[in-house]
Amino acid sequence: MIVFASGPVIPNFGGSSAAYACERANRLFCPNWVSQNWSTVLWPALRQHVVLTVIAVVIGFGISTTLALIAYRRGWVERPVVIVTSILYTIPSLALFELLVGVPGLGLSRTTAEVALVSYTLLIMFRNTLTGLREVPAEVRDAAAGMGMGPMRSLLRVDLPLAMPAIIAGVRIATVTVISLATVAALIDDEGLGAPILQAISNEVFKTELIVAGGMAIALALLADGLLVLLQRALTPWTKVRT
Amino acid sequence: MNSFSQALDFIARNGQVPGEPQLPTLVHLTLGTVRIAWIGIGIALVIALPIGVWLGHMHRGSFLAINVGNIWRALPSLAVLAIGVAFLGLGLGNVELALIVLAVPPVITNAYVAVDGVDRDVVDAARGMGLSGWQILRRVELPLGVPLIFAGIRTGALFVVSTTTIAALTGYSGSLGDIINNEASYHLSGVLGAAICIAALALLTDLLLALIQRALTPRGATLEKHAARQEAIGPPLAEKV
Repeated sequence: MIVFASGPVIPNFGGSSAAYACERANRLFCPNWVSQNWSTVLWPALRQHVVLTVIAVVIGFGISTTLALIAYRRGWVERPVVIVTSILYTIPSLALFELLVGVPGLGLSRTTAEVALVSYTLLIMFRNTLTGLREVPAEVRDAAAGMGMGPMRSLLRVDLPLAMPAIIAGVRIATVTVISLATVAALIDDEGLGAPILQAISNEVFKTELIVAGGMAIALALLADGLLVLLQRALTPWTKVRT
Repeated sequence: MNSFSQALDFIARNGQVPGEPQLPTLVHLTLGTVRIAWIGIGIALVIALPIGVWLGHMHRGSFLAINVGNIWRALPSLAVLAIGVAFLGLGLGNVELALIVLAVPPVITNAYVAVDGVDRDVVDAARGMGLSGWQILRRVELPLGVPLIFAGIRTGALFVVSTTTIAALTGYSGSLGDIINNEASYHLSGVLGAAICIAALALLTDLLLALIQRALTPRGATLEKHAARQEAIGPPLAEKV
């Protein structure tokens, strides 16, 4: 179920020009190839990867936060949500992507990829948000009520800010997870950094492309993780005191 | 839903496709997946458990144990496999190496957190009763750490099962991933059937380990009680492949 972009990616692979000696020998790293394909292959793939990730994390955040807030008020909701999302989470990505392809109306599309990616974020963010909310000390909530805050104001001004470190920890794990899984999504939706990886494999295991695209996926995950740590520090300045 | 009933037919035919006589049976490929996965899990456990448990017992190396886990979370398995193939070429040994590299960190991190996080008062009480360091490890820290240690083992095992199938994309043959990588021969129904088998295999692996965990966990040391002592981030969450 691999759909490859058309057109040769390795310029003159097997041709005679001396300029492509490195590509023909399939050495580990051909800087020439990278500079020639950066703007046509690698940069677009990186941008698509970021878009795929952001869409999945934003939708997943919306769903899981809503579910967590419901479960915070109605405790019985937690168990069914955890059971369903755990099962979704356990299914290997390769299998889930393919299973969704079989669902009428999804097929080989970005929607299919996003449905799978979103389903993997739910357990992580739901559990973290709910845990964070439940660990707000009862005295603090009582104090908020004593100051005359209604349930809604208390939630927005007290509970959610105190749960923020746990919530952002969930977003961090979910983001990095989605970046990782989006490479596999290229199997059913030919975009993102997985596309050049799969293409390199089918192209006589072209090493430069494997290493550069794989390295970019790893670098993107580390960068996103770092940025979210900075976001957490900015949003919860009081936690710095403890650490 | 027609394609799903065809997928079930494909499973019932043991992975055979009319007009394609040379295909391996589904049972053969499933056993192949299980074999590759369990070799990887076994070697990863032999390497990672002693390191994690020892670091936790000595309360040393927290920076290493925690950060190894955090960096590992950022490693896309397809990228690791791809880079591994670029450097080492393809073969059972190299796939196993990638599986082990990916499975070791969660086991180390969780084993460390499990043993390191055992209530100091309990350990002091054990020491006061005259238990040696080894006895404390074996009879106090390990039993109390079982839920978290198994959380790591289950994460690692799922990771290995998933990555075994993803390895087919990089050209490694002999697992259920072969079917997904060969839609030309198997058609959509075969691919769906293989996906169902992979999902079932992952769920069964997790269930099996959950049962072992339950058998080994002493009463009074369930994960819920353990989790109450955790930091705000809650129990360590699994990486997903």
